[in-house]
Amino acid sequence: MIRQLFKFKGGIHPPQHKAISTGQPIQAATLAKELVLPLHQHIGESAQPIVEVGDRVLKGQKIARAEGYVSASVHASSSGTVVAIEERPIPHPSGLSATCIIIDTDGEDRWIEHGPEATPYTEMPASHLRNLIRTSGIVGLGGAGFPSYIKLNPAGTEIDTLILNGVECEPYISCDDMLMRERPEQVIAGAKVMRHALQAKQTLIAIEDNKPEAYAALLKTCQDEVGIEVVQVPTLYPQGSEKQLIKVLTDKEVPSNGLPLQVGIVVHNVGTAAAIHNAIDLGKPLTSRIVTITGDGVAEPCNLEVPLGTPMQHLLDQCGGLRNDVDRIIMGGPMMGFAMHSIDIPVIKTTNCILAATKDNVTPPSDIMPCIRCGACADVCPVELLPQQLQWFARAKEFDRAQEYNLFDCIECGCCSYVCPSNIPLVHYYRYAKTEIWAQEREKEKADQARQRHEFRQSRIEREAAEKAARLAKKKAAAQGGGSAKQAAIQAAMARAKAKKQAQGSEPKNTDDLSESQQQQVNKADEMRAKAQQIAESRRAQAQAAMTGNTDSDNHAAKDEKK
Amino acid sequence: MLQVAYALIPGMLLYSWLFGWGVIINVLLATVTALATEALMLRLRQRPVKMFLTDGSALVTALLLGLALPPLAPWWLILLGTAFAIIFAKHIYGGLGFNPFNPAMVGYVMLLISFPLEMTSWPAPLSLSEAHLTLSQSLSYVFGGSLPTGIRLDALTMATPLDALRTELGLNKAMAEITASPIFGSMGGTGWEWISIAFLAGGLWLMYKNIISWHVPAAMLGSLALISLVFYFINPATYSSPLFHLFSGGAILGAFFIATDPVSGATTPRGRIYFGIGVGLLTYVIRSWGGYPDAVAFSILLMNMAAPTIDHYTRPQVFGHGGK
Repeated sequence: MIRQLFKFKGGIHPPQHKAISTGQPIQAATLAKELVLPLHQHIGESAQPIVEVGDRVLKGQKIARAEGYVSASVHASSSGTVVAIEERPIPHPSGLSATCIIIDTDGEDRWIEHGPEATPYTEMPASHLRNLIRTSGIVGLGGAGFPSYIKLNPAGTEIDTLILNGVECEPYISCDDMLMRERPEQVIAGAKVMRHALQAKQTLIAIEDNKPEAYAALLKTCQDEVGIEVVQVPTLYPQGSEKQLIKVLTDKEVPSNGLPLQVGIVVHNVGTAAAIHNAIDLGKPLTSRIVTITGDGVAEPCNLEVPLGTPMQHLLDQCGGLRNDVDRIIMGGPMMGFAMHSIDIPVIKTTNCILAATKDNVTPPSDIMPCIRCGACADVCPVELLPQQLQWFARAKEFDRAQEYNLFDCIECGCCSYVCPSNIPLVHYYRYAKTEIWAQEREKEKADQARQRHEFRQSRIEREAAEKAARLAKKKAAAQGGGSAKQAAIQAAMARAKAKKQAQGSEPKNTDDLSESQQQQVNKADEMRAKAQQIAESRRAQAQAAMTGNTDSDNHAAKDEKK
Repeated sequence: MLQVAYALIPGMLLYSWLFGWGVIINVLLATVTALATEALMLRLRQRPVKMFLTDGSALVTALLLGLALPPLAPWWLILLGTAFAIIFAKHIYGGLGFNPFNPAMVGYVMLLISFPLEMTSWPAPLSLSEAHLTLSQSLSYVFGGSLPTGIRLDALTMATPLDALRTELGLNKAMAEITASPIFGSMGGTGWEWISIAFLAGGLWLMYKNIISWHVPAAMLGSLALISLVFYFINPATYSSPLFHLFSGGAILGAFFIATDPVSGATTPRGRIYFGIGVGLLTYVIRSWGGYPDAVAFSILLMNMAAPTIDHYTRPQVFGHGGK
């Protein structure tokens, strides 16, 4: 039976360039002398190191544990000695550095003792199964890096369909293709674990029709499986995007801002499935991944099974080194990847491809012409946005309007930039607008917090002053009266204090019977209150006028808080 | 944009073949003026001259204006209209991509309002004309205003079918009587109908090459045909046939080459349809009841004004918002 497929609007057919790297089977990368394992290779909180400099570690040993709900553990990807825990450049568009554990490998590549759990996964409680996946450090290997165990929690929803994403729609990348060709049984085994965790009714494995070998391999492997279907989908970029793939396979539209879970669907990458198989069926945590080394800039493009933390330089050397006409090194594909600032950067869990691009591989940044509103971008937008309108709004800094035109639904697939006849880097405009909006929201939040802190402080000062006045009155009354009359005296004093307070309005001004030091304190409090009010005034004015920067009153309030 | 220029070539050659050298002179004069003015403006605005001069936009404006103006019009008319289009309708607003109105149509309408005499003096199709001008005679007429001895201006000019229809309907003549005149040809006027077909071919080629979308031409011509059909059925004695409306004047040229200008038109798919319908209906209204026969230019400019509003109200539904 042929499954009915659906279409999402838009999409493009960029040249594939996948055959460059599929000529030879997956090879093991040689072991680098030094492995650099960032604590943050995923979406969410950084992992916390649990080893110290000087420790001997074995392959597969956990060296940093997941911290918080959205997080993932990190494991040593080979045996050796921890030589440093320090800041190193990580793969990030802005060339950031972050804390990494550096392992000096001993060349033995010795595994820590490992093996599957005694109970088969089918008999484990689902939460235990998820915990195993969490402690195995598995995150989405398709590129997003979201901790997989969270996406294996149905959270009370009935899961209709588990989709394994083997679409791999970006040009040049072929790591999933090669995985499916060579290790289909791992993918299927992983799919079964996932299916069990989710109790999904059906499992679909989606592959674009430009990967017939992978399709055939998976089809052959799962011909006897019940409830797992391999589906070939027509090649179209960006079909690998989760929501677009769901639309193609099921005709369901995941609501904006929503999760596939809401329509009873969960999507995982095929590489993630294989990793889960290794973790559950073999007891091996995630220590390596398949990386496509490709592009005309590298002598021998291929797919390598790479220990995490291996410097990219090392891999490029293994592939015959870089040619002279390399224009840039991109992590990911030409559409959504980003150019690397250096190649002295480690492979992490989300590194699916290292593209050594020559000038011919990537569209050279040619002359940017003004937008002529031709609408070609809107025709290809898979989210049905109006990219050129968003671009005008971003340029004019009309961020409200950009949001009104659903800027945040943009998946940054780059179709619009690809087809733009004026060569406008549209996605850059959207990233810019998004970043600006986030910054504004943070500023606003900060201002709100400061205002709340300030108001709280002011009410506290007033309350304390009132309390002090009452206490003094009580003392005075106690000194005057005594014994059995004490109770009455207290009552009277309280009444007096209350009356006085009322008479003087909310201003608690106790000028009677104060010692010199008390008077000083009161004066000081008054002074501070006056100042605080002044600041509150200006604070409010500022908050209204668009919240910019870290202002004086902000600092002031923060300082006061510390006192 | 260069492809738009290529697509105009067949219509342009046929036009010239049927109406004489004046067409080619118009187009060349407009092109030279447009490129020179564009270069000057880019220079003044400190923009990269070569990059913008070669984008083809000034060329297309010049071609469209050159084709829209009456052949054998005096040289200064072409010069003035083209320069006005480039300077005022384009660069004053910020150049390419920023003009709210189609520059060629702004130039055309400015000339029509300012120089009605020159703008309504159209040459007769060569097949109906008593006298023919050679290239040099045409040039000397365009640049010097002098005709060779023995040829009177009357012998060269003739009302256009649209104009003739309007005038004679105003004289209470019957439709059948009017259209019996040889200038009306079999569909949209002798000569004009063939030129329209050539432009139609060019337009369809642009559509085939994905340079323009079908929305605007289909909506504009469809609505024009439909409304003229309705009135033609009601009273064929005073309202001309849909075929006449489609194949006379600038309907086809406007539908495929001018109303499809992305900069000044609507940009959403649905919006383009409304835009086209607007142009089609306005064209009919202006032709039938308006003061000028040059309805296409006016209706495109009027709809240019409405384009931002149309875009605002025709946004497509974004993925994941409502829907399935």
